[in-house]
Amino acid sequence: MRPRLKIGVLYSRVRVEEKWIFAAMEKQGIDYERLDDRKIHFDLDNPTPWCTFDVVLERSISYNSGLYALRILNAFGVPTVNTAAVAEVCGDKLTTSAILSQAGVPQPRNVVAFTPEAALDAIEAFGYPVVLKPVVGSWGRLLAKVNDRDAAEAVLEHKSTLGSVQHSVFYIQEFIKKPGRDIRAIVVGDRVLTAIYRKSEHWITNTARSGEGEICPITPEIETLCLKAASAVGGGLLAVDLVEHPDKGLVVNEINHTMEFHSAQPVSGVNIADEIVNYVVNVASSGSKCFNRL
Amino acid sequence: MTTVSCPECAADITLDEGTEVNEIIVCPDCGVDLEVTALDPATVEMAPMEEEDWGE
Repeated sequence: MRPRLKIGVLYSRVRVEEKWIFAAMEKQGIDYERLDDRKIHFDLDNPTPWCTFDVVLERSISYNSGLYALRILNAFGVPTVNTAAVAEVCGDKLTTSAILSQAGVPQPRNVVAFTPEAALDAIEAFGYPVVLKPVVGSWGRLLAKVNDRDAAEAVLEHKSTLGSVQHSVFYIQEFIKKPGRDIRAIVVGDRVLTAIYRKSEHWITNTARSGEGEICPITPEIETLCLKAASAVGGGLLAVDLVEHPDKGLVVNEINHTMEFHSAQPVSGVNIADEIVNYVVNVASSGSKCFNRL
Repeated sequence: MTTVSCPECAADITLDEGTEVNEIIVCPDCGVDLEVTALDPATVEMAPMEEEDWGE
């Protein structure tokens, strides 16, 4: 008889999503352990404590903490959801864009430069308005809509002076005149589980910025696009954010690997936490390859 | 009923039933984010609002 599965949940804070996930695990009688990423440590010469887990679900708020934990766990042979490879792609907007481009997934037009001078040249060639985004970051933070050269010069100077090393990568995206909404689709493995519109009068429609949710029917186009995008970045539990481009149709704006669904679950009526737990259990059941498995 | 005192404004905050350790609550008086650090007895600490690589 197969021993009982043990699942680790790596987290930073108990947001409502974590409460729902913990509740779903408890409802299913799953043996799980809460792993606070502010308190754990890894001894790279001793994977034994981590090899007790059949899978670790990563829900860190900090991209760096989550990514490095995943790298270590995967190096130990501990299965994770998502994998370090997926987190590496999805946590960096520029890397995501490069992978989507390689896979032929429609996305907004992006250009990249590495100095303020080259960025200004690129923006001038691109035409206004444009959007400047940090390559790492979330919740609509530090996005800048740049309407003219004066604004471009100011934002580029601020980024150069105040920004961290990542702000010296200038990721420039076309400004899309979207219809006051974008679409968040929840992908679980090879299924598009549900989708919502995120509506806002502001050009940033992220629900972390007070965007409101409304159910979005999953059309064949949405399903195909989301599954193609998810597959391109390595698959798993993903939130694919789509934008309705006035000329190109649906485009993939970004893909989140530790998705929040505080709007999607109540708006859709789909128990996303349950589906996440089911997926994680399936990964756990596929067996750990931990080289120091007890 | 469990109450805690906001370390920022000293407001009395009643914790909802089902509140968990490490959950973030918002002080209804001053609006700061607080992390629930223990439940028996209940304690809260100021929680950082946001850091650069935080997100989803």
